[in-house]
Amino acid sequence: MRDVARRAEERADPWRLRPLPLLTLAAMLGPVAAGLWWTLAPATGLDEGRLSAGAFRAVADWPGIAEATRLSLATGLMATLGALGITTLILAGWSGTRAFAALERLLSPLLALPHAAAAFGIAFLIAPSGWIARALSPWLTGWERPPDLLIVQDPWGLALTAGLVAKEVPFLLLMSLAALPQTRAPERQRVAQALGYGRVTGFLKTTFPGLYAQIRLPVYVTLAYSMSTVDVAVILGPNTPPTLSVQIVRWMSDPDIAMRDLAAAAALWQFALVAGAIALWRLAEIATAALGRRWIATGSRGAADPALRAAGYLTGLASAAAVIAGLLGLALWSVAARWSFPEALPEALTARSWMRHGPGALDSFAVTALIAAIATLAALVLTVGSLEAETRHGLRPSRALWLLYLPLLIPQTAFLPGVQIGLLSVGLDTGLGPVIATHIVFVLPYVFLSLAGPWRAFDPRTLTVAATLGAGPDRTLWRIRLPMLIPALLTAAAVGTAVSVGQYLPTLLAGGGRVATLTTEAVALASGGDRRAIGVWSLTQTLVAFLPFALALAVPAVLFRNRRGMAHG
Amino acid sequence: MDKGLRLEEVTISKGSDRLLSVNEVIAPGEVLSVMGPSGAGKSTLLAFLTGTLPRGFRATGRVILDGHDITAAPPHKRRMGLLFQDALLFQHMSVGQNLAFGLATGTPDRRARVTEALSEVDLSGYEDRDPATLSGGQRARVALMRMLLSDPCALLLDEPFSGLDADLRAQVRRMVFSRAMARDLPVLLVTHDAEDARAAEGRILRIG
Repeated sequence: MRDVARRAEERADPWRLRPLPLLTLAAMLGPVAAGLWWTLAPATGLDEGRLSAGAFRAVADWPGIAEATRLSLATGLMATLGALGITTLILAGWSGTRAFAALERLLSPLLALPHAAAAFGIAFLIAPSGWIARALSPWLTGWERPPDLLIVQDPWGLALTAGLVAKEVPFLLLMSLAALPQTRAPERQRVAQALGYGRVTGFLKTTFPGLYAQIRLPVYVTLAYSMSTVDVAVILGPNTPPTLSVQIVRWMSDPDIAMRDLAAAAALWQFALVAGAIALWRLAEIATAALGRRWIATGSRGAADPALRAAGYLTGLASAAAVIAGLLGLALWSVAARWSFPEALPEALTARSWMRHGPGALDSFAVTALIAAIATLAALVLTVGSLEAETRHGLRPSRALWLLYLPLLIPQTAFLPGVQIGLLSVGLDTGLGPVIATHIVFVLPYVFLSLAGPWRAFDPRTLTVAATLGAGPDRTLWRIRLPMLIPALLTAAAVGTAVSVGQYLPTLLAGGGRVATLTTEAVALASGGDRRAIGVWSLTQTLVAFLPFALALAVPAVLFRNRRGMAHG
Repeated sequence: MDKGLRLEEVTISKGSDRLLSVNEVIAPGEVLSVMGPSGAGKSTLLAFLTGTLPRGFRATGRVILDGHDITAAPPHKRRMGLLFQDALLFQHMSVGQNLAFGLATGTPDRRARVTEALSEVDLSGYEDRDPATLSGGQRARVALMRMLLSDPCALLLDEPFSGLDADLRAQVRRMVFSRAMARDLPVLLVTHDAEDARAAEGRILRIG
């Protein structure tokens, strides 16, 4: 029996788009695989043809290794637990309310804000000479000079953890909001409340288990990121010793080339730590599920609910407020004339800092925008090509999902040193090209995750109508699907740009320290402590990340001002 | 020339389940109503005829349209006109652009053809309107003319009147059938509504 209709559509386009999903995977995983190999080779001596444990022994002998390891684990686990806890309490206590809608509007801008800018803002807020101390001095604290306290860069990594929590809550919330419709949360919540369960308890017992299964990968991404971040740790984390990832970068930039082997060995240790932490987290999930089932079986209706609700809102509000107040602080410092402790506001405003640092920031802005534009465009082309191939060839989407998360689950410090070592070993140079290639690794997953939903939700009947009107696959794509998805395409481009603008380590390592973006320049200012310069650079960085989001809102509004049907597209 | 739509021993199955078997000829100007409960495979039959059968279904048999075997032709080369329950006007285009989309490239006097089509359904001067501002009946008329401008050789109707209220329903139904008769098109109507099938005044095929 011959199957006559097997993909009659396919015959319209026999092969052109077929390779795109594979090409997309190669663009995403190729640099990761190459980087891991060139981390492994120098660390084990494989590149010199003999196995040696020398580099590992040197790492083990480094006096700070125990402390750096502890810091990496503790800050990563605490930040993830904190962010997940706050996210859960906000969702449990407030989803569907008006207060929640207000918070929801803040999510995209908070997410777009580069990590380095958020970290600087929080540092300006909580430092001994920061805004909070100024607001309370001297009337409450009696301080006439900044107290000699190590609040930022504290040896326990508390400031680092707080900064990470504030920046990861919006990420987990947005991921949860995308997953919630599939969990039928409102229905479950109504049933639970009808049975006498409180809001929070009802959510935890009926909706949370299904929701968590959906956001498990983003939680692991948060864990991997928090354990191995470099830019946030340089700004908010301790110095002597620093976190493991910061130490790896220090070894990589050491003039003594032999230190590279040490960095490579430490990178593998960082990789093992993250893998171990994820395994540990998985075990904790199983234990929590077992305890949770017993808790559900008790039938308790939730006496602590009002307190939990309040806690969720206050912590959520505090983390959003910290980031926003931090931004305001950065803006104020960038235009501050004399501003001595403990004055809450500067004596006068001046454009002097912008005059001095503006031209330099403008140069870096050009480089930043160029990298972001090319990386985002490449990611968009690969994503659209892959999704269109999925449509035309009826490929199944679900299997490859975890592959999308892979570049986000492997710590950056584990493979980016290898990218630099590899480039130099095979005689290629670091520079703009490799920087763009590594940016694509991180931009692609976010662009894909952002666009895949609207793309797959597109009404297939519209495509069938276009085909029956005589439009081939290409015409349907260019005249119907892409124009109708312009709002989603622009949002995906904005997400991609924000991710690229925020990248620190790929720019530093693949660029060999010679590619100066707003982010690398801003982070480099961390040790100097020139608040006005930091204000100018961080604010420019933030504006570059925000601008595409503003465009993604404004362009469709103008373009489709006479097309009411596109308003919700 | 062998005019009409011929479904030769068409069988569609999913896995090992046989969904439906059809062996019918629809002459020019004739309406065949396919009736059956939901899930009987009515929409699957239409997907097979438009060349958009989802993966997982298997089909055997042949589809002959005006003497051409189109069983393996890609969807945009089949010359099958299709109307759904929703008008599915392209939201990013004006009414006029929607109509022009169906015209073959290289058609002379495109603007005149669009104007003419609009006046045929009492919508003169609607070229620049936003489709979202039209009433349900107006949308159905634009969708019909858009389909006819693409010059199809057969007409497939997927419950096209279900979304309309009773008055409008009879009116739109009369208009669709009269246009199809005027152009001597074979029509395959898929419906679960007995009144639609009666109004079509053609043979009724029950499946499922």
